[in-house]
Amino acid sequence: MVNLGVNIGNYRLKNPVTTASGTFGYGTEFSDFIDLSRLGGIFVKGLTLKNREGNDYPRMAETASGMLNAVGLQNKGIDHFIETIYPTIKDLGTEIIPNINGSIVEEYIEVAEKLNEVDGINVLELNISCPNVKEGGMAFGVSCPSAIAVTEAIRNVFKGTLIVKLSPNVTDITEIAKGVEGAGADAVSLVNTFLGMAIDVHSKKPILSTVTGGLSGPAIKPIALRMVWQVYNAVSIPVIGLGGIMNATDAIEFMLAGASAIQVGTANFIDPQVSIKILDGITDYCEKNGITNVSELTGGLIL
Amino acid sequence: MKHVQDFTVKHYSRLNADSYVLTLSSDTGVEEVNPGNFAEIKIPDASDVFLRRPISILDVNHDENTISFFIKAIGKGTKKIGTLAIGSKLNLVYPLGNSFSIIRQKNILIVGGGSGIAPFIMLASRLKNENTSVTFLIGARSKADVLLTSEFAKYGDVLVTTEDGSMGEKGLVTDHSVFTDPTTFDFIYTCGPDPMMKAIAKIANDKNIECEASLENMMACGIGACLCCVTPTVSGNSCVCTDGPVFNTKELQW
Repeated sequence: MVNLGVNIGNYRLKNPVTTASGTFGYGTEFSDFIDLSRLGGIFVKGLTLKNREGNDYPRMAETASGMLNAVGLQNKGIDHFIETIYPTIKDLGTEIIPNINGSIVEEYIEVAEKLNEVDGINVLELNISCPNVKEGGMAFGVSCPSAIAVTEAIRNVFKGTLIVKLSPNVTDITEIAKGVEGAGADAVSLVNTFLGMAIDVHSKKPILSTVTGGLSGPAIKPIALRMVWQVYNAVSIPVIGLGGIMNATDAIEFMLAGASAIQVGTANFIDPQVSIKILDGITDYCEKNGITNVSELTGGLIL
Repeated sequence: MKHVQDFTVKHYSRLNADSYVLTLSSDTGVEEVNPGNFAEIKIPDASDVFLRRPISILDVNHDENTISFFIKAIGKGTKKIGTLAIGSKLNLVYPLGNSFSIIRQKNILIVGGGSGIAPFIMLASRLKNENTSVTFLIGARSKADVLLTSEFAKYGDVLVTTEDGSMGEKGLVTDHSVFTDPTTFDFIYTCGPDPMMKAIAKIANDKNIECEASLENMMACGIGACLCCVTPTVSGNSCVCTDGPVFNTKELQW
């Protein structure tokens, strides 16, 4: 028997396999395919204070071993989430983790204040890394002072476990990680998507309506893995690893590099059952290697 | 209920240079499918095709445990699906999306262009049970692209337009003489290229005829998780994969 529980700050997830925000809807989209209660947690689709229609179509471009997206945080706003969606998912038997976004710090604060009042919300992911919105989003996550400021502001209003989701579109991700750690983050999750673009050579126009978008999928995995390893060595708070994880081997790589838990993202689009296959694969690996606590994998890289 | 299921490639029927009907079989049976539903097909052994391909379901046969697709090979994915060995495995996520309304006791016009004719054989077979009168209008570039007409003919009159005039009336579907008085129809279904569907929707809306269109936006997940395939509607951006692919054209911001 493998003990699969992992600690994220002072909160314990039942296992290290979670699903990444923006790739798993609100969870119920996948209920025909898997037993959602087996997941360590679901990071739900990014939330904002007010309704957002997102960017114009086309929002997606397939690329080599990955895809670009420019959804732009389409959602019906925090009140709709709390009143209409959360009651339908709070009893799924897995940790529901909201992912919050804003154009200005005050919007982040208002969203976090509302979630702080919701019974059952124990963990929050502060997204300072969305590349697909004109204002706010990634702008907070690519400069140290603004990353620190928004993290401090949310730390002051949200009493539960605070995870800050980092952008890879920076010169030195460890500086941002150390900054948000100092500002009171309980954990960091990385990486969000890489800013990229694609062009239709026949029309000579960009494929995405927004010209640029976020690259995800196995194309980014080696870079994401390197960043997880660097951040793990730079901070003392837990790291949640994501970026192109397609199978259990990828997930174990992230844990060996220093991740305490992982998020499965784009892979959910190709195989709606992949998250559970990854959980089973990690368990299998531990059993075959005589590992009794999955947390022993974290930072197990041998140099 | 939506399923992830492995099928076996049973048969290809080549219809012209780039179109084919692919028939797959499964020992474990085939789910109930409604006209307009689609499947997300995983492309095997294709490192340059990362995402599944959403393909409209042509037909299912529960006696023979088969499901079939009418596919036009125009991109990397649809070309690859056309070259698999008989007996090889193909993984589907299906049935996805909503379906066409089944209308009773009405005069129906079905307008299809290109691979957009795919859902209409199953639709017509369901409509026939409801004693409706169905007329098909098929638009194509030339005679070689007018496909599956014998299948359509089982359920109603088949009208054709070709852009080069090699079959039926010359021009686009919207030029066809059947539109001299479209009010003889109570309901129009359409599927095909966006400009064609928009033109049909305009005719229908101008004459106050109910019209449903099935959209073909690019998709990633097919199950409403990624929000990539949206189309603007009266209630905001809607996912073509879950709110559609079939929309009443009055709902669309065309």
